[in-house]
Amino acid sequence: METTVARVDIMKVVVDLNLCDLHGLCVEAAPEVFEIGDDGELHVLNATPDAGLRAKVDKAVRECPTGAISIEE
Amino acid sequence: MLRRIVIVGASLAGLRAAETLRARGFDGELTIIGDEPHRPYDRPPLSKQVLQGTWDPEQAFFHRKDGYGALALDMRLGVRAASVDLRVRRVTLADGTCADYDRLIVATGARARTLAGIAPRAGLLVLRSLDDAIALRRELMNASRVAIVGAGFIGLEVAASCRARGLHVTAIEALPLPLSAILPPSLCEMVAAMHRDHGVDLRTGVVVTDVIGESRVAAVALSDGSQIVADVVVVGIGVTPNTEWLEHTGLTLDNGIVCDGSGEAAPGVYAAGDVARVDNRWHGEALRIEHWTNAVEQGVHAAENALAGPGASTSFSSVPYFWSDQYDRKIQFIGLARGHDEMVIVDGSVAERRLTALFRRGDRVVACLAVNQPRALIKYRKLLADGASWDAALAATS
Repeated sequence: METTVARVDIMKVVVDLNLCDLHGLCVEAAPEVFEIGDDGELHVLNATPDAGLRAKVDKAVRECPTGAISIEE
Repeated sequence: MLRRIVIVGASLAGLRAAETLRARGFDGELTIIGDEPHRPYDRPPLSKQVLQGTWDPEQAFFHRKDGYGALALDMRLGVRAASVDLRVRRVTLADGTCADYDRLIVATGARARTLAGIAPRAGLLVLRSLDDAIALRRELMNASRVAIVGAGFIGLEVAASCRARGLHVTAIEALPLPLSAILPPSLCEMVAAMHRDHGVDLRTGVVVTDVIGESRVAAVALSDGSQIVADVVVVGIGVTPNTEWLEHTGLTLDNGIVCDGSGEAAPGVYAAGDVARVDNRWHGEALRIEHWTNAVEQGVHAAENALAGPGASTSFSSVPYFWSDQYDRKIQFIGLARGHDEMVIVDGSVAERRLTALFRRGDRVVACLAVNQPRALIKYRKLLADGASWDAALAATS
């Protein structure tokens, strides 16, 4: 399974690119963390988002229509 | 002090509300009532992966990493909420049991409309619930000819899925062009041409006058005098909000539960998702929106305000978003195109079936449609949320 991983102090943002359907709602919720690149793929931009971004990442997780994003503590 | 919260509707909106309540620290009794026997599941895959057979129906269930245990829910499934007494704050269920609440969140959704005056029979189906999808999939396994009544988004997705199964498909639409209630003619013609190129027999400007077949469907009769032979007939002509159980309770019901901008319908009672009409600050109206993301946003919003109370509530503001997957095309739409003055294709073309279109109303950009251009949508979603001018939107196209 292809995954993109960004490790933070206490949370790890994991995107399952097999599930990602490029709705882009995560980019709206947390542009500091997610981006759709020129290659048309989703990228986890920020490998070390601070705890202040937790609410935004949570929003991205719950709004992802394909459930592609998860947080590992 | 809140001790008991009841959510009616084991739906996407209901689940997100429950998750939000727990995430925000509510540790009292949390009850979810659902009329279907199933725990919450996701609807978008039903018309696509489940119908095409690439997913087992079980894959549509929301899988929570930590299961449902962490939510500590009193989940009452397979039993309908029958009524509510707003004065004593009590929901009564169809089996005679009750659930008392300090806060109530209603997320009972909507149900598929059926053809008026046409008796039910084998082979005549709708697609709304997981059980509908399972039944329809089973029927399609033995079918060769499918008639789809209504070429809206659900009908068109079913058409594409049936074509993927190699079935002969006729789609019947009352409007002169599919989707012409919401999109300008050039885009409707693009969608129609796409389906015809994929082998769908698309009949427009006609309505079904009868369904032929005694114990089982055999054909549908159309208003132009023709008949379409079919083993299976799928009706996709919109939905009706599930509000009957709330009649005479004191709530305002008018094409859904009418709520203020906080999502509150009456003191301590909130509504979310397809059943709700929540005042939306972004467009200044209380529309009933049937989109996936709306259910998520309103479920979260209702839960937050249920905990905050009227004095600390936030008002709902959201740019509507929906998508539709048909064949190899993803159609994404944000905003509200209703009553628009102008539509401009700013990238791609109808001929390529890959484009970005902006919609103007007055001096503002009010909507954006993208076909197989997901990156464009991100840019315009931000502009729409910010209430950008038309000139600013056009300037952003380069």
